[in-house]
Amino acid sequence: MSGGLAQIHPLSIITWSPFVGAVLIMFLARHRPLLVRVLALITTAIPLVLSIAIYVGYEREAAGFQFYEELSLVPPLGINYQLGVDGMSLLMVLLTSIIIFSGVFASWTVKERSQEFYALLLLLVTGVYGVFVSLDLFVLFLFYEIAVLPMYLLIGIWGSSGDVRPQGIFAWAFRRTGVGTKEYAAMKLTLYLLFGSAFILVGILALYVASGSTSFSFLEMENLQFDPALQSWVFLAFYVGFGILAGIWPLHTWSPDGHASAPTAVSMLHAGVLMKLGAYGVVRLGLGLLPEGTTQWVWLVGAIACVNIVYGALSAMAQTDLKYVIAYSSVSHMGVVMLGMATLTESGLNGSVFQMFAHGIMTGLFFALVGLVYEKAHSRAIFSMGGFGQMMPGIATAFTIAGLSSLGLPATAGFVAEFLTVLGAWQSPFSWWLFPGVIGAFLTSVYVLRVAKQIFWGPKSADPHFQHLLDAQGPEWAALIILVFTLVLFGVAPGIALGPVDTATVPLLLRLGVLQ
Amino acid sequence: MTDPARLALLALLLPASSFIILAVVTPLRRHGRAAAGLSVLFAAGSLVAAIGALRLSTDGGFTEWLWAWIPAEAGPLVTIGVLADGDSALMLVLVALVSFLVQVYSLGYLSDETGPSLGRYYTYQSLFAFSMMGLVLAPNFAQLFICWELVGLCSYLLIGYWYTRPEAARAAVKAFWITKAADVGLLIGIVLLWRQTGTFDFLDLLQMADTGVIPLAGLGVITFCIYLGASGKSAQFPFHVWLPDAMEGPTPVSALIHAATMVTAGVYLLTRTVWLFRLTPDVMQIIAWNGAFTALLAAVLACVQTDIKRVLAYSTVSQLGYMMAAIGAGFASAGFLHLLTHGIFKALLFLGAGAVIHAVGTNDIFQMGGLARRMPQTAIVFIVGTLSLAGVPLFAGFFSKEEILGAVLAGGFPGPFGMLLFGAFLTAFYMFRVVFITFFGTPAAAHHAHDHHVHDASPFMAAPLWILALLSVGIGTLFAFWHPRAEFEELGWLTPTAVVVALAGIAFAYLVYQRRAISADTLAAVFGPIRAAALRRFWIDDIFAFIYRGLMLQLARLVGWVDRYLVDGILNLLSAWTLMAGDRLRRMQSGRGQDYVYGIALGVLLLLVWIRWPR
Amino acid sequence: MGLHAYLMLAAVLFVIGFFGVVTRRNTVGILLGIELMLNAVNINLVAFARFNADIVGMIFTSFTIPITVAEVALGLAIVILIFRMKRTVIADHLDILKG
Repeated sequence: MSGGLAQIHPLSIITWSPFVGAVLIMFLARHRPLLVRVLALITTAIPLVLSIAIYVGYEREAAGFQFYEELSLVPPLGINYQLGVDGMSLLMVLLTSIIIFSGVFASWTVKERSQEFYALLLLLVTGVYGVFVSLDLFVLFLFYEIAVLPMYLLIGIWGSSGDVRPQGIFAWAFRRTGVGTKEYAAMKLTLYLLFGSAFILVGILALYVASGSTSFSFLEMENLQFDPALQSWVFLAFYVGFGILAGIWPLHTWSPDGHASAPTAVSMLHAGVLMKLGAYGVVRLGLGLLPEGTTQWVWLVGAIACVNIVYGALSAMAQTDLKYVIAYSSVSHMGVVMLGMATLTESGLNGSVFQMFAHGIMTGLFFALVGLVYEKAHSRAIFSMGGFGQMMPGIATAFTIAGLSSLGLPATAGFVAEFLTVLGAWQSPFSWWLFPGVIGAFLTSVYVLRVAKQIFWGPKSADPHFQHLLDAQGPEWAALIILVFTLVLFGVAPGIALGPVDTATVPLLLRLGVLQ
Repeated sequence: MTDPARLALLALLLPASSFIILAVVTPLRRHGRAAAGLSVLFAAGSLVAAIGALRLSTDGGFTEWLWAWIPAEAGPLVTIGVLADGDSALMLVLVALVSFLVQVYSLGYLSDETGPSLGRYYTYQSLFAFSMMGLVLAPNFAQLFICWELVGLCSYLLIGYWYTRPEAARAAVKAFWITKAADVGLLIGIVLLWRQTGTFDFLDLLQMADTGVIPLAGLGVITFCIYLGASGKSAQFPFHVWLPDAMEGPTPVSALIHAATMVTAGVYLLTRTVWLFRLTPDVMQIIAWNGAFTALLAAVLACVQTDIKRVLAYSTVSQLGYMMAAIGAGFASAGFLHLLTHGIFKALLFLGAGAVIHAVGTNDIFQMGGLARRMPQTAIVFIVGTLSLAGVPLFAGFFSKEEILGAVLAGGFPGPFGMLLFGAFLTAFYMFRVVFITFFGTPAAAHHAHDHHVHDASPFMAAPLWILALLSVGIGTLFAFWHPRAEFEELGWLTPTAVVVALAGIAFAYLVYQRRAISADTLAAVFGPIRAAALRRFWIDDIFAFIYRGLMLQLARLVGWVDRYLVDGILNLLSAWTLMAGDRLRRMQSGRGQDYVYGIALGVLLLLVWIRWPR
Repeated sequence: MGLHAYLMLAAVLFVIGFFGVVTRRNTVGILLGIELMLNAVNINLVAFARFNADIVGMIFTSFTIPITVAEVALGLAIVILIFRMKRTVIADHLDILKG
């Protein structure tokens, strides 16, 4: 382990820096919007720099969990503040840093209560970092809740309402719940995710009790062999609990409404990082602790992932609201993530983790762009817009790049993920999973390019509102450039990410006994 | 530098660096002219390097450079690099040459474009040159697929270059979707093959094929899937529909991407991996028959087109069918040879057509007429290209086309041979139809008005035309005296037959469109039903449109409805029930303190009863 | 007199107080009922203290009596405030906690 860097406890700094930022913003920056942004930028830049530093400093030969920190919290219950990263969480931490750093830029123009907005956003990010670096399940759960709860306020206060017509046999139920409003979306998302976290808590407590009620430490539980019956149902609990956050069908419907209603930076963070939290949870706790439960249930995980891919893509194709298209594309792409892990092969799991990263960046970019378009054109209705490419070439180009990445075009990160996943799918015992994987990429090309053509590359819309629109400005460029650069960099040189990831996935698969 | 791979790598990296510079340095790109200069300069360097690589690459030998790209536990999973051998070096030169000439030509053709727009064009051009060379030099299926998709991207971007035109935007998307659909097949094929053999590498696979260790079970499915991908890119039936629409792009783009290089990628892929296809004769049969069918179908379609570029587009489809048929018959070298010569003369034809369009301002051949007098140079080079395509001796296309005919017959495919022979007649006919109407007919009234515009092309445009024309004649003459020995027994009667067929086509076109000995209307009446069907493009485009609008979008709408109103509906039903239950329970809260006291008393009473209950 | 008599007295007092609490419509009446119930408890405490010879009950009662006084004062103050605002002290009309 690289000594110098580990001495300064980089993981703690990464985790708590946004929290400190949130506190500072609440107490120091009242009615000073510029200071709010500067503070937010600094406290997210520190984790970005540090996460790049630990990414470089991580010793691949040694593998395992590095930059380890420990502090006893509640000794009688065996609760410790234990932090550490392996190749997989390393990549996730990097992803979070990049997304939140550009998210701060992307929400530069939030006017209403920007102080509280940034404070909550930063609080949420602390939770996300915490989940990725925690090795103590209790602390991990704590952070998980921190990551989920501020979302309610962020969407409820700063969100935007959509337009959903109540119809069908349940029309009265739609009217009763107020579908389409931001309050509805916020409530649905929060309730759904808390519902999931109940499963997670039950699962964690079951493992805690089964391991002798002495420790919540992941590292200790990893060495235990749990009873197969216990593994079976705990895996399901984790799968449902974390899976809700990862958008598994049919528990995904919080995602389109939530992401469509959320303000730009929140959509970026939520679709870009929080959904990964779900997938990460399944890999870390499900595959990591419950090998027999995993092998028992992968058929279900993979089959539902296939439904996700095709169903999400088709749903995206049917949408007329730009944000909903992107939100459904997340449902489809998270299917690729879940499919990759369900293959239980080296390339599949690598592809899955890589897709978490790639999708995080690309969907972050997508939501940033949709936010920009909305801010400038005040419209999300795809078929009323047209020919924006002439007025906002930068946004149009970035949107096309994000779209190409999402349909798995080589030289963008999306391709590597798709390719590895389908390779893994055909290697797995359920080789037919290959077909939804590749068909999903084709369907993605249909809906993404259709939208890109309609909004940006077609003839100009006659609507007088859309005649004089501006391209991205100042800080907005920063967000776009960072994300596009990352997307292309990891597409051209996937080894940067896959090197460390491989050191984490191979031991995992060896433990599962599926790798010779 | 004695290593062809090193030079090939240089040829590959020059356009790559040009692309990166143009993409990153915004002021340079937005300047336009400067961007064009840079791109052309790098393309020239790339051409020189490619020629050097060709000179160094020895017969039968190869050099390979590899780098790990996707790491894995047991050595790299995917490598990228360059594999330089005779075929790839030849192809590399073709790509670099046409790419360079087209970039020079575009300086004249697109001189009216604004700076940023021109800069964008050259950025795409550089990216295309890089991707196409990467495809040509690919040492394995993975890199081939990567570059395959990238050239598809360039095609999409360049077809949609004038993106404000709705037809261009639509054609770009159509081309991308259809090739992408076919690429699904290619990707599946590659994945399956990797599972079967454990490698993507061409050389490893070749060795396995030679030693016969590739398991044959299921190999047919794999090669068929790969063929699907190839037929998408090389516009074989039924995927040919995107190519004519792709003519919405600027004409130089059509010359480079949609005639000379990218569309031949499918043929090139099959040539590269023909040893794999030889293991599956059934798939070879399909390739041969479909190739011949495509060749004939497209030739028929070309006869009724009035848009000069569309005629050329269908003729490209048709010629690609010839190449595919030769490969299917088992003689890949014949197909590859035609690929090379076709690349030269088809680029020439497109660029010539571009010069005409640039001068006249329309694509419709019946709006032209009598142009030979006004633009003699263009007329000469265009006729050279046409003679090549028609397969007249001493021109580039003659030998390679005859080779294909011989190959198909030698491979034991009399049916496809007949189709191809008839196709050759039609080729000569429809090409000379264009020549007679455009260059020799009476000038159409439309362009009389702005007569003064019509003149030969500027030097930037003329130079590439002459170079390509000289190459066409040069190669044709070269082959007339010295030509590579065929892999099969040549039939003595074939050469005269081919020549007679070509001349018959020319003569027929002459009679109909020049001498008007046979009225075009009579001809139309005789072939009434076929003509009507051909004008509707045999409804193949309509079928694709139906699959898209009628099936895919409707299915999407259904799924979208199910998701919103059933899956989400059940969720909303549950929450609505919860809310209703809450409403009911709320009524219990009367707000009157005394009611609560009753409640407490009752509770205490119940507790007492419960505690005291005899058990 | 044994312990039972005291307990019976306390029980009767408690029930009377409870009856008052649940039946009186005037808030002041309800307060009076509460007082009766509290004093029933006090009687219980004192009686147990006396018969068990345990001083704790006495001490406890000496705490509850002043607390009861304070509670009555507070309760009456609240009633007066409610009367000022609502112009009524009838319990049935005071249902702003209704769900």
